[in-house]
Amino acid sequence: MNINATLFGEAIWFGVFIWITMKYVWPPLQKAMADRQKMIADGLAAGERAKHELELAGKRSADALRDAKAKSAEIVTAAEKRAAQMVEEAKQTAKVEADKVVAAAKAEIAQQVEHARAELRGRLADLAVAGAERILKREVDARAHAEMLAALKQEL
Amino acid sequence: MASGEALTTSGYIVHHLTNLSVGQGFWTFHLDSLIVSGLLGLFAFVGMAKLASRASVTNPGKMQTLVELIVSFVDQQAKDTYHGRSPLVTPLAITIFIWVFLMNAMDLIPVDFLPVLLGFAGVHYFKAVPTTDPNLTFAMSLTVFAIMLVMGVKVKGVGGFLHEVFTVPFGAKLAPLNLLFRIIEDVAKPISLSLRLFGNMYAGEMVFILIALMGIWQLPLALPWALFHILIITLQAFVFMMLTIVYLSMASESHG
Repeated sequence: MNINATLFGEAIWFGVFIWITMKYVWPPLQKAMADRQKMIADGLAAGERAKHELELAGKRSADALRDAKAKSAEIVTAAEKRAAQMVEEAKQTAKVEADKVVAAAKAEIAQQVEHARAELRGRLADLAVAGAERILKREVDARAHAEMLAALKQEL
Repeated sequence: MASGEALTTSGYIVHHLTNLSVGQGFWTFHLDSLIVSGLLGLFAFVGMAKLASRASVTNPGKMQTLVELIVSFVDQQAKDTYHGRSPLVTPLAITIFIWVFLMNAMDLIPVDFLPVLLGFAGVHYFKAVPTTDPNLTFAMSLTVFAIMLVMGVKVKGVGGFLHEVFTVPFGAKLAPLNLLFRIIEDVAKPISLSLRLFGNMYAGEMVFILIALMGIWQLPLALPWALFHILIITLQAFVFMMLTIVYLSMASESHG
């Protein structure tokens, strides 16, 4: 065991290696490790956040679906109502129209009946006159009895 | 058994424990320690620096994962023990752990392998494990000691540092005694730090050499000792690193 100048040489080596480690090895490695740690933590946080957001989105979509269902049901109900109403209205209109037509027809029929009756009355009077003429022949003067016949026509 | 002239047991051991050196007296340089420790350190730290310069955040490769694993392990130890904030403590601990580990791991190369190989190139002495050279362990522990003193002064200020030196643990009235205690305490730190590593690795190397002397019997013995030595290698690197962190945390925290 002899101590000699090798000691200085080794001390220089040691100093050089400490310097290299302090300057070029430790800081970049430390930075890389710290960055990686941060990245992993950030990634996990982002994953957690995304999961939460997915949950929210699921909830939102379920809400939207429920809303849409409710709305569509509402629309269907309204449409049904409206259709029933329309049918009712149509029925009403048709009834009114039909009544009108029936009334018109009835009026016409009445008119025709009146007309026919008037005609019949005329014809019957003529027929009666003709019959009477035949029966009475000369004894009956049409002009002299016209007044009486007219009164008779009125009675029929 | 590299050299043919002296095949005695003690000759063999001495041969294995002699450094490749140049220079005379104090100005002797152990080339093997300097070269091996330097190459290992350059390989490890320049490699790591290169890897760190293109460290990927999202897609770390296998090497990067390995380095990050070691480095974050060391950082965790440093954070658990050293409670201040210093840009030096973790890099220092990383340097110590990796460098000492690699140098200790040279012990696992069979003891005759490198000397025989280099013997062909005309190099007759080669001690492959730099941590069995007390020059290296003392260089490291004294550097740590210097950092410790500087850190103590920096954190507490010159006044606070001197105050601590003269008043802890017995109060101002026994200042000389406190100073004596402090000196003993502080001198013991680098010595124990370096001698622990040196002693463990030197003894381990010695056992390898003794096993290599047993002829055919070295075959069943070398492997278990090498396996056991893996534990010592890692443990000694860890202990050196850990004690450094502890000393630095003691230096930057008030003793009361």
